[in-house]
Amino acid sequence: MRSQTLRKLASAVGVLALTAVIVTAAATVQMTGAGATFPRPIYDKWFNMYQSIGNIQFNYQAIGSGGGIKGVTEGTVDFGASDAILTPDQMAAFKAQHDGTNLLTFPTVLGAVVPAYNLPDVKPELNFTGQVLADIYLAKIRKWNDPAIAKLNPGVKLPDQNIFVAHRADGSGTTFCFTDYLSKVSPAWAKGPGRNASINWPECESCMGAKNNDGVAGLLKQNVGALGYVELIYAVKNHLAYGKVMNKSGEYVKADLKTVSAAAAAMKEAAADTQVSITDASGKGVYPISTFTWLLIPEKSKDPQKAQALKGFVKWAVTKGQDEVEALDYARLPSSVAKEVEKRADMIK
Amino acid sequence: MATTSPTYIAETLRRRTSRGFLSRLAGGDEISYLITLICAVSILLIVGLIVFELWLNSRLTFATFGFGFLKTSAWDPNANKFGALPFIFGTCVTSFLGMLIAVPLGVASAIFLAEMAPPKLSNILTFLIELLAAIPSVIYGLIGIFILVPILKDYVVPPIQHTLGFLPIFAGNFYGLSFFSAGIVLSVMVVPFIISVSREVLMAVPVEQREAALALGATKWETTWDIVLPNASTGIFGSVFLALARALGETMAVTMVVGNAPKISASLFSPGYSIAAVIANEFAEANGQLYISSLIFMALVLFGLTIIINAVARIFIMTTQGKGA
Amino acid sequence: MMEISATRRFVNTFMLSLSGVCTVAVVSVLFFILGYLLFHGAASLNWDFFTKLPKPSGETGGGMANAIVGSGKVLLLATLIGVPIGFLAGVFLAEYSGKTFAFLIRYVVDLLNGVPSIVIGIVAYALVVRPMKHYSTLAGGVALGIMMIPIAVRTTEEFLRAVPNSIREGAMALGATKAKTVFTVVIPAAISGLVSGMMLNLARVAGETAPLLFTALGNQFWSAGWLAPIATLPVMIYNYAISPEEDLHQQAWAAGFVLLALVLIINVTARLIIARGASAQRR
Repeated sequence: MRSQTLRKLASAVGVLALTAVIVTAAATVQMTGAGATFPRPIYDKWFNMYQSIGNIQFNYQAIGSGGGIKGVTEGTVDFGASDAILTPDQMAAFKAQHDGTNLLTFPTVLGAVVPAYNLPDVKPELNFTGQVLADIYLAKIRKWNDPAIAKLNPGVKLPDQNIFVAHRADGSGTTFCFTDYLSKVSPAWAKGPGRNASINWPECESCMGAKNNDGVAGLLKQNVGALGYVELIYAVKNHLAYGKVMNKSGEYVKADLKTVSAAAAAMKEAAADTQVSITDASGKGVYPISTFTWLLIPEKSKDPQKAQALKGFVKWAVTKGQDEVEALDYARLPSSVAKEVEKRADMIK
Repeated sequence: MATTSPTYIAETLRRRTSRGFLSRLAGGDEISYLITLICAVSILLIVGLIVFELWLNSRLTFATFGFGFLKTSAWDPNANKFGALPFIFGTCVTSFLGMLIAVPLGVASAIFLAEMAPPKLSNILTFLIELLAAIPSVIYGLIGIFILVPILKDYVVPPIQHTLGFLPIFAGNFYGLSFFSAGIVLSVMVVPFIISVSREVLMAVPVEQREAALALGATKWETTWDIVLPNASTGIFGSVFLALARALGETMAVTMVVGNAPKISASLFSPGYSIAAVIANEFAEANGQLYISSLIFMALVLFGLTIIINAVARIFIMTTQGKGA
Repeated sequence: MMEISATRRFVNTFMLSLSGVCTVAVVSVLFFILGYLLFHGAASLNWDFFTKLPKPSGETGGGMANAIVGSGKVLLLATLIGVPIGFLAGVFLAEYSGKTFAFLIRYVVDLLNGVPSIVIGIVAYALVVRPMKHYSTLAGGVALGIMMIPIAVRTTEEFLRAVPNSIREGAMALGATKAKTVFTVVIPAAISGLVSGMMLNLARVAGETAPLLFTALGNQFWSAGWLAPIATLPVMIYNYAISPEEDLHQQAWAAGFVLLALVLIINVTARLIIARGASAQRR
């Protein structure tokens, strides 16, 4: 009698398994990509829309720019995404693992890294300078009411509280952009931690690392007195206050579509085929911690169908796709850059 | 098999009267022996492969840093400088704290279940406690982040800091994610192992011992503390080591509440890191041979540690089983 | 008769009640976890959760249909990989092996059991993902399958050994070969223990997250076949739990509830089968 129940159980399991296989067997072509959390909101939206347009599913896993670079180098994903600028070593490593093929980088959107904080009792937006931010992360400035911060914010009552400093624990393009900026404006930072996707964060009394932009946003939300750097939309989505940053021209600028686009204006010459940094750009109304974000795609792919799919997507993203970006607080690519990218996409074979 | 056992006789008879190679083959003995042997050997191969892969990929770090890797604190992927000390420290601190809480709690509960509770109640409660061991790690992490950490922040840590805040281990700001939180979560995760094994060892202590003590006028507690417990001590030590091995390798629950900060701090309230947590966070993006190799070297160290502690645990437990009779 | 001093009586009552309190504390943690998951998780469960795919970031709603099926697929593969090897090795240890070889195998199986799950994830990445150049259901299945082996070996050996020798001898006396005895007589006699052991094994592995991080990766869509990345419940719980969005937190609780319910139901059923089998044998 027991064996009858077991037989029934076994056949039930078998039927379930068969269903699972059948259900999932008939699906459209799927490609896997991994990388930055910085552009995840817009990439998610784009990939969702592109399903019906191109009949291809792009499975994007936001594990940080570092993960994107590693994934595309080792070939475990079809494309990567990064806001960190690849070093010559990383490019060479890719070439070595892919029989001499180059890794192409395509800028897709512009975004901003903002200093977000959790101070519910401070109503006005705080002003920061790069120097002050660097000193906070170097643990030289420890309290909110430090004279250096107070000087930038006359008349604002700052709490006598330790700054709880949040940073990324994983390899991040957001970190890259932020530290790139800090390196340009703070000699102490440039000599110390420098710019990179993974930083040896200075010894500090109250600081913590979190995974992904999400994790940092979470830390900020849960801890009063916290300060962290996140991509603009993460601050907006999570109702976090974020400060203005002084740009090269001496103005305090808040990150938004106009100020981020202004940052790209000066660089649009070089931007289309190499990864350029647009932090601390000169000009009026420029937000100093802006960056492009790039898709990392191998020049030659073993699968022509996949190459075509990627080419199609890139072209769509820099033309029609740009209509979606502003709703999510990303800035459009300058039109000259977008045109160059469209042309370069033909290099994907 | 003894040469006079019925099984042996039956086997021999069958073998001597069997018909020939092909029909023996059809009988299936050789094949089934071969197949099961292959499966057993393949397990040896799998473990060998695991050890080999770990060793192979660690060689670069070992060649670059030697054993100093285990004693340095730098963790700088840019400068290609790596040191495992903060992670080893964090693993040890969180596990030690976990054990500090779990061992007294666990042994006390085991005593209750083995000595005090009526058998039916004891069985039911043990069943429930063993269910705690079945709860997945990520769910402990979930509860840790959303329930434990806020409770600690609002109700537990402030009083501790008010009274004992001058002690270095309770100093510093508490932001929820810390060695302390991880230690508490670990203690809940390992306490079922201690209770389960300790209870069995305690119940295995012969009734005569207890009766003798009681006859001499000892109270129940004195019997337990002075007679039963020492008798069962090796087994209980075994369970403690088993729990420790489990705590050392615990990944998800620790990653979610430990704070992900590679620092060495005297304060339990400081955020920290552990070997398993850093691997979980950084392996997917570790680019660069030395970086990957350093993570894998730490994995090898963790592996080695858990093997040693598990082996010690087994020895303790096996000695008890031998003694029990 | 010796009079027990008041101090000793006090110590006695105090320590014994303390031990009772400890037990109650431990058991109440279990009820607390179960209760909280029930309360929070079940409240967030809705039909969408079981049928819809995750929504892109920023949009609320959606569900974890792909993760539920995904977990099922990975576990199916893990069972197909780990259980036969473990089971047959257990048969070897119980029926065929000599003493020293058995000791070696048992020791190595114990070793494998002690390997932290994250380490198995790394090895599966190195052995399956990197050479194949994909994250895949297969890699996840391999990782979890390896984790299933030690318990499969141990439970098989334990339950086969528990079958009385008289049954084996009876079969052989009737002329059955050893193989026939083992596979048609001994194993069916132990079947309830074996099945429940496998269920416990499955329940343990169903909640594992760490090995899947570097093998199955994740997928926002349905995963076709066995060679594509796939979403699984534990990984989704982890990802949603560490994000700052309330909506995702709700889904994490719901998923946690589903996962826990599954694991506990399998556990309780398996243990009841064993208990009933044990009492049946005693009769």
